[in-house]
Amino acid sequence: MSGTTSKSGTAAPLSEGGAAPRRVGGGSSGPVRSERRRRLYRWDLKWSPYAFVAPFFVFFLAFGLFPLLYTGWASLHQVELTAPNDMEWIGLRNFSRLMEDEFFWNALRNTLTIGVLSTVPQLLIALGIAHLLNYKLRGSMFFRVAILTPYATSVAAATLVFVMLFGRDIGMINWALGQVGFGPVDWENGKWTSQLAVSTIVVWRWTGYNALIYLAAMQAIPNDLYESAALDGATRWQQFVHVTIPSLRPTILFTVVVSTIGATQLFGEPLLFNRGGGASGGANHQFQTLGLYLYEQGWVNLHLGRASAIAWTMFLILLLIGAVNWLVGRRLRKSS
Amino acid sequence: MRTSVFTRGTTAPPPRRTLRRAVVIAAVAALGAGLLAGCAEDSGDPDSSATKGGGKGKTTITVGVFGAFGLKEAGLYDAYMKLHPEINIEQTSIERNENYYPQLLTHLASGSGLADIQAIEVNNIAEIAQTQSGKLMDLGKTAGVKKENFLEWKWSQGTDKSGKTVALGTDIGPQGICYRKDLFEKAGLPTDREEVGALWAGDWQKFLAAGEKYKAKAPKGTAFIDSASGLMAAVQGGSAERYYDKDGKVVYKTNPAVKDAWDVAAKAADLGLTAKLQQFQPSWDQAIVNGTFATISCPPWMIGYIKDKGAEKTEGKWDVAAAPKASNWGGSFLTVPEAGKNKEEAAKLVAWLTAPEQQATFFAKRGSFPSAQAAFSLPEVADAKDPYVNDAPIGKIFSDAAKGIPVTIVGPKDLIIAQNLADVGMLQVDQKGVSSEDGWNAAVKSIDNALEK
Repeated sequence: MSGTTSKSGTAAPLSEGGAAPRRVGGGSSGPVRSERRRRLYRWDLKWSPYAFVAPFFVFFLAFGLFPLLYTGWASLHQVELTAPNDMEWIGLRNFSRLMEDEFFWNALRNTLTIGVLSTVPQLLIALGIAHLLNYKLRGSMFFRVAILTPYATSVAAATLVFVMLFGRDIGMINWALGQVGFGPVDWENGKWTSQLAVSTIVVWRWTGYNALIYLAAMQAIPNDLYESAALDGATRWQQFVHVTIPSLRPTILFTVVVSTIGATQLFGEPLLFNRGGGASGGANHQFQTLGLYLYEQGWVNLHLGRASAIAWTMFLILLLIGAVNWLVGRRLRKSS
Repeated sequence: MRTSVFTRGTTAPPPRRTLRRAVVIAAVAALGAGLLAGCAEDSGDPDSSATKGGGKGKTTITVGVFGAFGLKEAGLYDAYMKLHPEINIEQTSIERNENYYPQLLTHLASGSGLADIQAIEVNNIAEIAQTQSGKLMDLGKTAGVKKENFLEWKWSQGTDKSGKTVALGTDIGPQGICYRKDLFEKAGLPTDREEVGALWAGDWQKFLAAGEKYKAKAPKGTAFIDSASGLMAAVQGGSAERYYDKDGKVVYKTNPAVKDAWDVAAKAADLGLTAKLQQFQPSWDQAIVNGTFATISCPPWMIGYIKDKGAEKTEGKWDVAAAPKASNWGGSFLTVPEAGKNKEEAAKLVAWLTAPEQQATFFAKRGSFPSAQAAFSLPEVADAKDPYVNDAPIGKIFSDAAKGIPVTIVGPKDLIIAQNLADVGMLQVDQKGVSSEDGWNAAVKSIDNALEK
């Protein structure tokens, strides 16, 4: 997101010399009132747009930019939650410490693997679902609403259900595995099993949301493309690959970016997956994400300075992702 | 960036579709209602129906607590409002102390958002007394508060270095061992609480020996004890010095008492005596209901927890025996922040709530054991029997245990150290079969990182 206010051409561009000739002519003979009215009108044209967008920027300054900068400031200090006003300047030590902090690297790795495990299936399934919903079918509207319901449930409720499903001794999934003759899996304690379980919650919650976005984009694809493809003898699958996917390119890029940002900030699901264990992300920190580690440093260990440094590091990672995406987007636009 | 997806205006739906739309809207409404119901259930805020509308001229005192604290449930607020018609009491509760405590710290720092009275968990009391005492009222000077009413160690835990008492104890956690009579019988162990207590009196190693006996003939699918971490907490609560020495130095790495507790718990895991559960997790709750473990270290509040979870399914199946050694696990305090609007009235209320008579009521109604020793001799405590646990004389059992609890030295980071030892170190040993040494090292690494500012 670029946060610049560009004077775009929404308001009628006002030529600076709109009423100039008269004034240049020296003594204005016109009545003063009309002159003042004209000036008011000019101001109105010039400044009203700013007044209209001001509320957003005021709020953004107060609740977006200020916290961001203050967090940056705090990250350069040693500061504890027990006394947030006693700040001791330590420069970049919080950041240099992160570089050799094995818990940080562990969290970064987990964030990456859980991110891939959740984002890739999520978007693929969403594409498939959107494609199916794009056909004429009875009650399509109902299905469109239904796939959005997981997105509308609270993280806490959803996660609690999944914790029950993935239970070791009394869990539905292990019961099902037992029926097929597999031994019980200790989902929470295995590195990959726990990350898979957390990813499952994320996939369940966000697939419908992405599917709707894809569906909206699919509806915008002109029908004659499909008709001509069908005339050329393309099967449904070929139509999907050669017509639908290329047309969806910008949309796919958009969902990839949004999902990546979401995955980087993943917090609620892993926190609640281990309800009794604070924010450690399992006995071996096996599913502790960056968001969780940030929370643990700030709100469990009460080190605000260290937590702020993690927050800023995450911010920089997101900027990096944004830059990569922008480059890829530009390449795509050029190639098409 | 031009990634606008919605490039075309959508066309208005033809009128034929109104019926279908109605159906859809109905479906949405139904789903929405279902979801809301689901959410309403899991938020589980017992205080949404707080006594509202204090009428004119009433002073409203707010009390901030965590978990099912119990003062409200014990009817103490109502009793106070009857005595003082001009006072109205409202409680807000946050389920988990881990979430409640940092929020309280931020509120204290900014001096806003505070309730008139704020509860503190024993693991946080040292940090509060050492770092926040300037922001809290001196309750030691409040009328009706008598130092000699309280257990000496409980009083000193809520007092800062300058002798200002900022927190008054509500309850403590002297421990017994709760055991399932039915499972003990099947495993060929005695079931009478005196005999059971005698099995392991004086030594946690004897407790492990009893566990091995149990395991030899254990009913299928059951374990002797719920979790190694719970056992570790119980053993640790019996030593005067745990993670800090009296000079405030962190000594958990070298303190033999901590290592002993660790070894007992690790041995229990090694011998396969545990159900490999993590306490306060949904799976642990299910195990309580299904009776898959035979013993659990049991402060009075744990009996309350078992009652809440097991309800009528486990009624009469549990009994309480004396623990091998006296020890304390848990307990809380009440404080009055200086920034509160009704400081004086709030202090009076705290004085009343923590007086021996009210603590006795608290115990009788909720099982939270008094921190006021003056209450031990009151009949509500001394003669208390709990029908849920086979009429066990809990008053006597816990009073005896309370008398033997040493004066524990608490430190500011007790909670973090305890949590990492339990949920990082011992959990690996218990659930993943990691060696005792590796588990210990993992916990130490985690704690070192957590303590570094």
